[in-house]
Amino acid sequence: MEAPLLHLALVGTPNSGKTSLFNALTGSRQKVANYPGVTVERKEGFFVTPLGRQVSVVDLPGTYSLRGRSPDEEITRDFVLGKASGETVPDLVLCVADSTNLRLTIRLLLELKRTGRPMILVLNMFDIASRRGITVDVERLAKELGVPVVTSIAVRKGGTADLLALTDEISARLAAEPQENSWRALSVSELRATQREADRIIADCVSLPARPDTWTARIDAVVLHPVGGLIVLALILFVMFQAVFAWAQPAMDLLKSGFDALGELVKATLPDGLLQSFLQDGVISGVGSVIVFLPQIILIFLFILLLEDFGYMARAAFLMDRIMGGAGLHGRAFIPLLSSFACAIPGIMATRVIDNKRDRLTTILIAPLMTCSARIPVYTLIISAFIPAKDVWGFINLQGLVMFGLYATGIISALAVSFVIKFFMIRDYAPAPFMLELPDYKLPRLKSIAIGIYTRAKMFLQRAGTTIFSMMVLIWFLASFPQPPAGSTEPAIDFSLAAMIGKALEPLLAPVGFNWQIAVALIPGMAAREVAVAALGTVYAIEGGKEAAEQIGQVLATKWSLATALSMLAWYIFAPQCASTLAVIRRETGSWGWMAVTFTYMLVLAYAASLVTYNVAVALGAG
Amino acid sequence: MTDHDDTRPHMPLGLALRGYTGVIQHLSTKDTGSALSDIELESRLIELGFVEGARVEVLHEGLVGRDPIAVRVDSITIAVRRREAMAIIVA
Ligand SMILES: Nc1nc2c(ncn2[C@@H]2O[C@H](COP(=O)(O)OP(=O)(O)O)[C@@H](O)[C@H]2O)c(=O)[nH]1
Ligand SMILES: [Mg+2]
Repeated sequence: MEAPLLHLALVGTPNSGKTSLFNALTGSRQKVANYPGVTVERKEGFFVTPLGRQVSVVDLPGTYSLRGRSPDEEITRDFVLGKASGETVPDLVLCVADSTNLRLTIRLLLELKRTGRPMILVLNMFDIASRRGITVDVERLAKELGVPVVTSIAVRKGGTADLLALTDEISARLAAEPQENSWRALSVSELRATQREADRIIADCVSLPARPDTWTARIDAVVLHPVGGLIVLALILFVMFQAVFAWAQPAMDLLKSGFDALGELVKATLPDGLLQSFLQDGVISGVGSVIVFLPQIILIFLFILLLEDFGYMARAAFLMDRIMGGAGLHGRAFIPLLSSFACAIPGIMATRVIDNKRDRLTTILIAPLMTCSARIPVYTLIISAFIPAKDVWGFINLQGLVMFGLYATGIISALAVSFVIKFFMIRDYAPAPFMLELPDYKLPRLKSIAIGIYTRAKMFLQRAGTTIFSMMVLIWFLASFPQPPAGSTEPAIDFSLAAMIGKALEPLLAPVGFNWQIAVALIPGMAAREVAVAALGTVYAIEGGKEAAEQIGQVLATKWSLATALSMLAWYIFAPQCASTLAVIRRETGSWGWMAVTFTYMLVLAYAASLVTYNVAVALGAG
Repeated sequence: MTDHDDTRPHMPLGLALRGYTGVIQHLSTKDTGSALSDIELESRLIELGFVEGARVEVLHEGLVGRDPIAVRVDSITIAVRRREAMAIIVA
């Protein structure tokens, strides 16, 4: 007879090694998804015990108690209590402890015991504890706690053997144990009492030589130095930028030419017509334009996971907290916002390092205001066509100055929006005070980094791919139907729904100085912002598309006024029309509402900025 | 109390400078100006190990207003803002 799937849950304080243990147990047999309705990552994996029992294990968000003070911690609590919707109650809870630092976990465990769930205390990082001369009387600890205790080294091969054996042993007699839940939120005095009890048990069972990690102290002396620390941070950021912009480029070019070649192949093999256009323009170039970001996403996650595993992320948050706090942002928002300069998609995905819902949402909402790399082609085109390359104040190039101004305006707007959100919008959670454990530094492990990147990349391709694919089909459809009548000489797009929409939108866009051609270009620009450049080319019936950017520039210079050009630049600072970003926001927030909010507020800002820019420019005689 | 630390003046950890070492005497979450309610703040501090008798040392300070601070609490290091640290009375 096949025994039913055994459900395990990993619970513990942050940085106790839950994810490492999860990776050690399951390898790459993992499913990453979101819990319904909340912005919390749900990671489930599968493995088989030595005795052949099929097991599912869930890596729960780190927590110090079951009070549920953030959405993550609520998930952990509800999951353990069996209240999470659509989830099975865990058959066995693995309470994971950092053996060098047992106080907080033992207190958590005493609280967990009240839920009546069968439990094992896993003394993880036992290698580090042994190295520091910490000894634990495991048998006595198990007796005092009334819970089986096992040691483990999540990052070493075979380091979980004892845990696996114990799991088999316990699961064999699980059904016999009655389970009664007497848990309720602890009052302050109960919390204190529990901590006292935990400290007493530790004093009885654990001998702690007072030998803190000297490496951590030495590294922190530099890395957390008020001035030196910021310099180190700036250096790390510089390398990260360099990697994302420069090192990713060859891989991106390769992917891009791969998709182009595929498109050409389709063009060559299929007869001209709808199917060919659908596959080439809709599917291959559309989905391809998003997949080319994969190298940047992999690199950004490589950096983030490395820094996280090393223990640096908490330090970066420490250094930036006050600096970003002025705008109502949490210190942890720093890295995601930085990543958004490459592309808002990885940036928004990286907000998962922020554990507070409100802070995470604010960061997601403003991430698209960071000037992403997709805006660069648009900026470059318009600036080179309209802004003279002369020097101002003798040494600064005017074109460069305008470019810098566009970046700066994006950043300032992001801070301003965050400030507004802080005061007027999201009030359902108390703002998180900055209280963060700074873990000891650890050597990052290749295996867990590789698994982390693999699961993220897979998710990006799968989930974002499907949503983006359907958007692409829609946009292709709008730009292709209805077909031009036979024998017509004008560009096909003139007859399409896109053109009709463009002309319908024209009266709305006239106040900001946009003609219908721009309105049309904004539509395919929804797929990815840089597509607008090619679209303008198509609309103005120029041969060559993107390659002939300079030529488009010349045409634009004759067809647009300077005021229109400036207005277009102002529009693109906010440019709400990036379908893939919106799709990712929808996925990460689990809500169409927040996607709509982002789209609307950016549209309003774009319109207002263009309106002001256009009218001021006209008044100054640039119309 | 017979603790030898009683001879030292009691002060909030939020005012301590880098290098300060002491022992937590009690928590007093009234009027710290923290966004959290008194009970919530006290609970969180206890959950991070800030309990009576714990040994603390201020290891690092931020650049702006010497804030936040990194505090060694027995065997772990916690970063807190000075505002929340005002609730921790040390001597
Ligand atoms: N030496 C050692 N390092 C470990 C062990 N378990 C985890 N780590 C490291 O501890 C850090 C935090 O682990 P992680 O699994 O991310 O903790 P989580 O926050 O509980 O998911 C990582 O750098 C791991 O490589 C262990 O048993 N021994
Ligand atoms: Mg983890």
